[in-house]
Amino acid sequence: MDYQFLWRPVIQSLPQMLGGASVTLQVSVLSMAIGMVLALILCFAKMSSFAGLRFVANIWIEIARNTPALFQLYFFKFGLGAVGILIDSYITVVMALAFNTAGYMAETFRGGYAAIPNTQLRSARSLGMTAFQAQVHVMFPQLLRAVYHPMTNQFIWVILMSSLGMLVGLRELSGETQFLYSKTFRAFEYFAATAIIYYLIAKLVLGLMTLIGNKVFGLNRGGVA
Amino acid sequence: MISVKNVRKSFGDVEVLKGIDLEVNQGEVLSVIGASGSGKSTLLYCINGLEPVQQGVIEVDGMSVHDKKTNLNHLRQKIGMVFQQWNAFPHLTTLENVALAPRKVKTLPKAEAEALAESQLKHVGLGDKMHLYPNALSGGQQQRLAIARALAMEPNYMLFDEATSALDPELVGEVLDTMRLLAEEGMTMIVVTHEMGFSRDVSDRVAFFHKGVIEEIGEPEQVFGQPSSEHLQKFLAKVR
Amino acid sequence: MTTVAVFGDLQPQDLLFLGEAALRTLLISSVAIATGSLAGIVFGWMMAAGNRTVQFAMNALLDIFRSVPLLIQLILFDAFVSIAGFPMPAFWSGTMVLSVYTSALVASVARGGIESVPASLRRASRSLGLSYWQDMRYVVWPVGLRSVFPSWVGVSLSVMKDSALVSVIGYIELLKASQILITRTAETFFILGIAGLFYFALSFPLSRAGQYVERRWQQS
Ligand SMILES: Nc1ncnc2c1ncn2[C@@H]1O[C@H](COP(=O)(O)OP(=O)(O)OP(=O)(O)O)[C@@H](O)[C@H]1O
Ligand SMILES: [Mg+2]
Repeated sequence: MDYQFLWRPVIQSLPQMLGGASVTLQVSVLSMAIGMVLALILCFAKMSSFAGLRFVANIWIEIARNTPALFQLYFFKFGLGAVGILIDSYITVVMALAFNTAGYMAETFRGGYAAIPNTQLRSARSLGMTAFQAQVHVMFPQLLRAVYHPMTNQFIWVILMSSLGMLVGLRELSGETQFLYSKTFRAFEYFAATAIIYYLIAKLVLGLMTLIGNKVFGLNRGGVA
Repeated sequence: MISVKNVRKSFGDVEVLKGIDLEVNQGEVLSVIGASGSGKSTLLYCINGLEPVQQGVIEVDGMSVHDKKTNLNHLRQKIGMVFQQWNAFPHLTTLENVALAPRKVKTLPKAEAEALAESQLKHVGLGDKMHLYPNALSGGQQQRLAIARALAMEPNYMLFDEATSALDPELVGEVLDTMRLLAEEGMTMIVVTHEMGFSRDVSDRVAFFHKGVIEEIGEPEQVFGQPSSEHLQKFLAKVR
Repeated sequence: MTTVAVFGDLQPQDLLFLGEAALRTLLISSVAIATGSLAGIVFGWMMAAGNRTVQFAMNALLDIFRSVPLLIQLILFDAFVSIAGFPMPAFWSGTMVLSVYTSALVASVARGGIESVPASLRRASRSLGLSYWQDMRYVVWPVGLRSVFPSWVGVSLSVMKDSALVSVIGYIELLKASQILITRTAETFFILGIAGLFYFALSFPLSRAGQYVERRWQQS
């Protein structure tokens, strides 16, 4: 093969790519934060006794889980556009990723909740705690622990999937790369560098989350007896 | 005093308590025996207001448990409960397990709650395990932790629901010893148990449950020595 | 708010176009799931049975495919084959990337399945005189499959949904076709509705079936 690899332009564009990477991180953290709050709300809505609430939660959860993330992104982009709401690509991507995260994590929350023996709630109440106190001091910390690992995986998934921003014109890491490469047509070199940056971000986030997890939940903090 | 008057309780169509009358006086230890499914646990849950009843009245120190006006969270502070399944809070250390309710329910300052927790843990012989998480404790230790956790609310009554049934045989003794200690200190207790020896030695009275009614109740000598109900005779023959 | 017309600008051949694209989605995902699963099982076995070096190397290698966006993998591979001088149709490069990606996901599922079989059970089967491969075939496979079948269903469905990304290298699958039609006509909700329904109608029943099988197996 007589192709000459040309790395210099890539190295020169590194600052811009890292700028894109910081957008990637921002979008991901924001989507995760919003998604987790929505997930908790969906989880309680799904367990509530109001059929209407349960119905809405079910629809949300099943659409999020059973259609492609790209479909969800297009839905927010084209769907909102068709009814005359024009939002910029940053918010579109955050909405789509938060929508998806909420649906997946709601089910995780529900599973985690179901895995806590109901005797925990009983014994908290038998000590005189109100229902709310029992939820906050006894159930929630255990729930957090149960969902921490899946939440970490979802976070990494969100980081990787934020690359879809490229398809709706967001200049996050992938979008920025596409913009840069289109000036030089060195797709391979540019996207190879991007792949490496994604890999490093994923490993960094995983390491950080593991560290925090060990610190907060400690290794000897055992599961349910 | 705990008084139970003509209490009926159903789960759906199944009537589990079919008219229970019972009085437990201050300082008394009542043990409750009977076959599985006869409604023993259900009675304890009802006394603690963890389950509603369909009929009848339960009063604790003159307060009606199922009256809407009763503050159940307040009432439950008077009644400690230990369950069959170990249910230490797994995310908290032994000390934090015991101090949680005093801090959040009684709103004691942290230091005070922990001092209280420490003294209760020493009381049940767990003084050296205060900073361990529950998964590092044996079943017997977890049950003693559950007892200390209930005692830290300084209850007037203690309800035990087969506190030793899930334990390995060699761990039963240490928990029974702790319960015996409480009885000697004058705690008013209702003890659901399959440990007939303990029941005979420690209780002031024994109640025999059969299919949702108290078929026989009296002093241990009488209940174990001269059982009059046929079901009780059969039950005793089986467990011996 | 503009009113949403249904079917206004759409012509019959547009629906045909969508239908063909849906078939392409089905085709590329089933090929990728089939080949990726086969390779993934082999990789999973290598990780479960191999020595530490093999385990480490396999894990590090497959982890790359789980830590780089599929979108980037597709673009990168497509760029690579064209500069290497053997450009191929989008279907083939898409299938190859998607298969490797699937195999990386299936490998960790398969490894989990093999390791979920208790060592005591395997010792018992070997003590009966079963060979290594007989043990694998008659004990490890059925027992391990039970514990990870639902995860495998999950992986397959997510590959089916992720196959939408193959559009980035020019393969006109369902979502790409929808996007083309949306920009040309204004039937946004009608077209998105068809596309969404297609994915949903595939994914929802299959994931339910997976859960059902899981529950059935747990009971027995
Ligand atoms: N939450 C519930 N819903 C429906 N039925 C219940 C519930 N809890 C208990 N029961 C039923 O009520 C009956 C009495 O149960 P209970 O737990 O009080 O028995 P028990 O005497 O404590 O038995 P054991 O010795 O097995 O603990 C049983 O038939 C049980 O199946
Ligand atoms: Mg019971």
